[in-house]
Amino acid sequence: MTLPIALVPRVAPARAMQWASPLLAIVLTLLAGALLFALMGQDPLQGLKVFLWDPLATRRGWSELGLKSTPLILCAVGLAVCFRANVWNIGAEGQLIAGAIAGGGIALLATRDSTRMFVPAVLAAAALGGAAWAAITAWLRDRFNANEILVSLMLVYVAQLLLAWLVQGAWKDPEGFGFPQSKLFETAARMPIVLAGTRLNIGFMLALVAVAALWLMLGRMVIGFQLKVAGLAPPAARYAGFSERRLLWFALLLSGALAGLAGGLEAAGPIGQLTPTISPGYGFAAIIVAFVGRLHPVGIVFASFVMALFYIGGELAQSRLGLPSALTGVYQGLLLFFLLACDTLILYRPVWRRPIAGAR
Amino acid sequence: MTARLALQGVTKRYGETLANDAISLEVMPGEIVAVLGENGAGKSTLMKIVYGVVRPDAGRIFIDGREVGIDSPARARALGIAMVFQHFVLFDSLTLAENVALGLPPEPLAALSARMLELAQRYDLEVDPAKRVHDLSVGERQRVEILRALMTAPRLLILDEPTSVLKPQAIDRLFGTLERLAADGVSVLFISHKLDEIRRVTHRCAVLRGGRLVATVDPLKETEASLARLMIGADPPSIAAHESPPGDVALSVTGLDTTHATERQHWLHGLDLDVRRGEIVGIAGVSGNGQAALMAALSGEWLDVKGSVRLFGDDVTRAPTLRRRALGLRYVPEERLGHGAVTALSLLENVVLTRDALRRGGFVHANEARRLAARLIDRFAVRTTGPDATAGSLSGGNLQKFIVGREIEAQPLVLLVNQPTWGVDVGAAAAIRNELIALRKAGCAILVVSEDLDELFELSDRLFVMSKGRLSPGVRPGEISVQEVGRWMSGLWPQKELQE
Repeated sequence: MTLPIALVPRVAPARAMQWASPLLAIVLTLLAGALLFALMGQDPLQGLKVFLWDPLATRRGWSELGLKSTPLILCAVGLAVCFRANVWNIGAEGQLIAGAIAGGGIALLATRDSTRMFVPAVLAAAALGGAAWAAITAWLRDRFNANEILVSLMLVYVAQLLLAWLVQGAWKDPEGFGFPQSKLFETAARMPIVLAGTRLNIGFMLALVAVAALWLMLGRMVIGFQLKVAGLAPPAARYAGFSERRLLWFALLLSGALAGLAGGLEAAGPIGQLTPTISPGYGFAAIIVAFVGRLHPVGIVFASFVMALFYIGGELAQSRLGLPSALTGVYQGLLLFFLLACDTLILYRPVWRRPIAGAR
Repeated sequence: MTARLALQGVTKRYGETLANDAISLEVMPGEIVAVLGENGAGKSTLMKIVYGVVRPDAGRIFIDGREVGIDSPARARALGIAMVFQHFVLFDSLTLAENVALGLPPEPLAALSARMLELAQRYDLEVDPAKRVHDLSVGERQRVEILRALMTAPRLLILDEPTSVLKPQAIDRLFGTLERLAADGVSVLFISHKLDEIRRVTHRCAVLRGGRLVATVDPLKETEASLARLMIGADPPSIAAHESPPGDVALSVTGLDTTHATERQHWLHGLDLDVRRGEIVGIAGVSGNGQAALMAALSGEWLDVKGSVRLFGDDVTRAPTLRRRALGLRYVPEERLGHGAVTALSLLENVVLTRDALRRGGFVHANEARRLAARLIDRFAVRTTGPDATAGSLSGGNLQKFIVGREIEAQPLVLLVNQPTWGVDVGAAAAIRNELIALRKAGCAILVVSEDLDELFELSDRLFVMSKGRLSPGVRPGEISVQEVGRWMSGLWPQKELQE
């Protein structure tokens, strides 16, 4: 049995399809999502409205979108640097948690009398923490040629357990009625709000600065060129004289620092303390974001908005329609699934099979 | 008699260019037909149409008098057509036997290996079925490809430049094979740039130019010059004569040894070699005998070597590529795609790859790179749409001209070239060789590794042969015959140093 459509390799990759593919994937995700609402006994249009429209109906909704997209952007642009260089860092989630631990550790030192100088200190510690966590992966890969996919992924669970151990032990709030969480950070160590009456803090601005900086770096600077060549053709990178080791360290340290920054911003931002679950999987969702955004900083900003919308929409669908919050994860999965399927069209052209003269 | 293959008005258009313009051609059973043409003349497209890789826009194809639609290579194979591609289609991590098995009906690997060895022996194709493809050199890979095609017992065999990597003796045997196959009624379509080969082995020669079939001639009634004229549409550029004595030693290799390393198949056993300014030193040999390791050690891509490499007296054995380039050493690798150039990147970006000055101050100097790329395209007559075209969009010969041009334009003091004209048409090959000779005249020390003996005899001031990681004594090309070099390729050179 053959399908009526055949995939024929294209002579050259379709450039337009490179950007059309994520858009097509988003449309297909929404269609499949609507079907999902119908199967769960909801009006699909009403479901989509709650999921995608209602979050954007208010100023507060928009500010939440910015807030939720901040860690996604920071993690995803860092991952884009890695992925472009064929460094498969899957552990942004762990680096984010390590950043939250380091940043949170500094934030816990703040007292009622501390100055705002604590904000940059918290951020710097968070970035260093994330970079240090990624450095473990870099070192194991560099020294022992360990597979960075496995190492970085496994370090996520180590980081999660480390955080759980801290908030249930040394850093546990003595007045927290036994809950596994630290005490609330003092105002001096909390991220300043940029939009009064909302939770949107300076993190969003920092994320946009990172996007601009990486855009410049990847598009114009030598290091970006080297990462690109190393990713596309390692023998050509060796031929040119680019050091693979240096690029490996650079990509991992940079993405680790950005993910760590995201963790610090979460802990000292909307959460305001250390809890065992600092992130609802931002570091993993950022992998999808990076690919939907075509590993391009600006594309990643838009992809982050879509993904942030799924997070907020999932919460709303839970509170208003009584649907399980796992819907967010299902939507993320659908998006990645459809993106991978649509990306086939970059290299292949679908054609209707027609009967061929002489073929039996 | 009905033709084995008949093409009628086959036309294929890619955007603006007509790759094949109403081509009609017949191949009789047992006939060996050469398809001759420059790069971009439409040979590959035509062969891909016959093999079902590309669908024609118009025209009809007949096999044994019956009209067929060849919509896939699987269909082509079912029709008894086999093809040996110029760019290999092998799975790196599989063994040779496994690669061959993929295209055939299920059969125990042991039986298949035995059949492979039998065929390999008959056609002098020297392969080990248990080896993995990633351990093989270009030459060995090509032998596997030829063998794989022969395993299907085809009725029409298409060969895209099959001889470029074979020893002279092996070429003779391959031609013997082709003649035997032809005697058995197998038709052969043979793409080649080598005019002497076409004259030796083929019965008829179809000349393509600019997508059109300009002539079908009897190669024996043509001279090499007249064939070249038909193909290019003008007289080919002639090779400049040698002159000027060599100067000081530029590149000096002593005791270069890699027998301690585990990662390469072909080790170097204590090589000694000097290359002087204003001299072209040629290294002959079947690829896979250590040439790749030698080039990697000299260029700086492989630093874990014993012995010493000196550039103008400076010890650079452990110096990275950038330092060697700063001292004037430049390198044209064997593999164009993914080594000498990044296919997905533009020509502009591929200029930045080895032009370190375009990467100064942390930024890529794109405007300068664009001007340089345009200059290279112009000076070396690279056929492309411009500096923004991707390297992968160029034909093999044009990309090679671009890469060689990029390194020559940098005015190197020492130039390493591995297979300067592999898969490059006559016109472009002559242009590249002339550039090398001009560079030699300007005082550059040039080391050329090639499997094309004609090329080495034409270019070299001194010639070495490499076999199993060892280097023969050096000789002047005038003092040795092609047949003798062929014997040396098996490692059978006189053990005492020849006195020069």
